[in-house]
Amino acid sequence: MNDILQILIYGMVLGSVLSMGAIGVSMIFGILRFAHFAHGDFMTLGAYIGLTFIGVMGLSPWFALPAAMVGMAVVAVVIDQLLYRRIRRTQPVILLISSFGMALILRSLIQLIWGSENQTYASGIQFPWRLDVLGGLRIKPDHVWIVLISLGLVAGVHLFLTRTRMGKAMRAMSDNMDLALVSGIPAERVIIVTWIIGGALAAAAGVFLGIDTRLHPVMGWTTLLPVFAAAILGGIGRPYGAIVGGMIIGISMEMSTLFISAAYKPAVAFAIMVMMLIFRPQGIFKGTL
Amino acid sequence: MSSSTTTLLDAQDIYGGYGGADILKGTNLRANADEIVVIVGPNGAGKSTAMKAIFGLVKVRTGKVLFQGEDITNAKPEQMVRRGIAYVPQEQNVFPSLTVQENLEMGGYLMTGDLKPRMEKVYDLFPKLAERRRQPAGLMSGGERQLVAMGRALMVDPKLLMLDEPTAGLSPKLIDETFERIKQINAQGIGVLMVEQNAKQALAIASRGYVLATGANRHEDTGPNLLADPEVAEMFLGG
Ligand SMILES: Nc1ncnc2c1ncn2[C@@H]1O[C@H](COP(=O)(O)OP(=O)(O)OP(=O)(O)O)[C@@H](O)[C@H]1O
Ligand SMILES: [Mg+2]
Repeated sequence: MNDILQILIYGMVLGSVLSMGAIGVSMIFGILRFAHFAHGDFMTLGAYIGLTFIGVMGLSPWFALPAAMVGMAVVAVVIDQLLYRRIRRTQPVILLISSFGMALILRSLIQLIWGSENQTYASGIQFPWRLDVLGGLRIKPDHVWIVLISLGLVAGVHLFLTRTRMGKAMRAMSDNMDLALVSGIPAERVIIVTWIIGGALAAAAGVFLGIDTRLHPVMGWTTLLPVFAAAILGGIGRPYGAIVGGMIIGISMEMSTLFISAAYKPAVAFAIMVMMLIFRPQGIFKGTL
Repeated sequence: MSSSTTTLLDAQDIYGGYGGADILKGTNLRANADEIVVIVGPNGAGKSTAMKAIFGLVKVRTGKVLFQGEDITNAKPEQMVRRGIAYVPQEQNVFPSLTVQENLEMGGYLMTGDLKPRMEKVYDLFPKLAERRRQPAGLMSGGERQLVAMGRALMVDPKLLMLDEPTAGLSPKLIDETFERIKQINAQGIGVLMVEQNAKQALAIASRGYVLATGANRHEDTGPNLLADPEVAEMFLGG
């Protein structure tokens, strides 16, 4: 019982990380109509930008988080304007392959700038809180913060999408691009906001992953598959579904370690993703947005 | 032919299409602010294409589109909206996951200032929408969706409203009601240019009508005259 609760907590932490990535993937797919393969490397770059703020300015990871989010939002917009904008009117598969190329470029750059060995944000060991009421369950403060901040960010995105004119325009564009143009919605401005949000949340995912584990140039790339699985589970183009999708994938991946080797965690995400694509390609929230 | 007020829209000798062979081969359309102008014609005649060409969604290769005397040929949709032209496409003309109210807000995206009074005007015209303002448009019936689509277009206070088959798929009762609403909109001083399959009824309320075939004007006359024309009746109105 205690084990299961403990693993549930790990699953929620991983789920938070995946959700942050999946919201971006889902929004980018909804509005730009392509699977953004560089999103994992956006997460990595966000994590390393955070590392630089921690190293140079001596910030704690929690204060480096907003800085990394802003930095990554800027990078995402620049990449869009330099690369993706120029091929916007081509077929989606060309954008997909270009994003794959962008993923490789970013990873190489990260290795060049920060090196390819493992790095961590903080030295020293954090003492977990012991919850004696729950049979000595141990909870790390970091984990609590990761889950809480993720929930806060999702709530923020939700409010943005449902309360602001720009947020509604984003939903309108992902609903019906042609009608959005006919209505006079400025598509390019909406796309830039999409990258700002997608980039910022990718950075949050990366920093959380860095806080929870360690930094490595392929940390995001290896997380991309479960991020895509979470986005598909939540329903592609539906940001609110992404948090549920992220939690289900994260918890399933961690729970699987009770039965099979931890090396198979990505396979669990992959299996869920394939089953979803076969049986419920619209995601679990069909028609309820 | 009536030409009491200034010409709102004047499309002159339009040629153009989707990149391949021209679909429009010399289309001419005019509409005044006080008119309901109806375009009829067989399937594939290029009626929808003509509407899109006027609104800048299909490239006009040669020919001119004038709006209030100004050249707007191939202008961007955003420009069209700003000038006071609103367009309701034939299909997929609502944002399904947005509520009725949000659909209206998106219609008024470019408008500065408070959208509330405009919205209230739309709700006055279509009280059914007011009851359902919080419902996603995708969950509504075909008839209600057409109202949402028209409401969305009206949010910019257009001078010209372009409707592509606003009664397609509606029950006879709803068709009557929709035509009533269109007359009401026109009575507010908004010019209406619409494509219609229910040609008999549409021509009955039309100031003028065009019969389009293979991308060019075949007939042009007042609504009643077109209805009375035996050739038109035989070709397009089912005898
Ligand atoms: N997006 C498109 N790309 C290429 N060709 C198209 C496109 N849309 C329509 N066409 C072609 O243009 C021609 C005219 O089509 P259009 O939709 O304008 O006809 P219509 O008169 O509106 O017909 P309907 O009564 O069925 O709505 C048809 O031959 C059609 O196949
Ligand atoms: Mg048509």
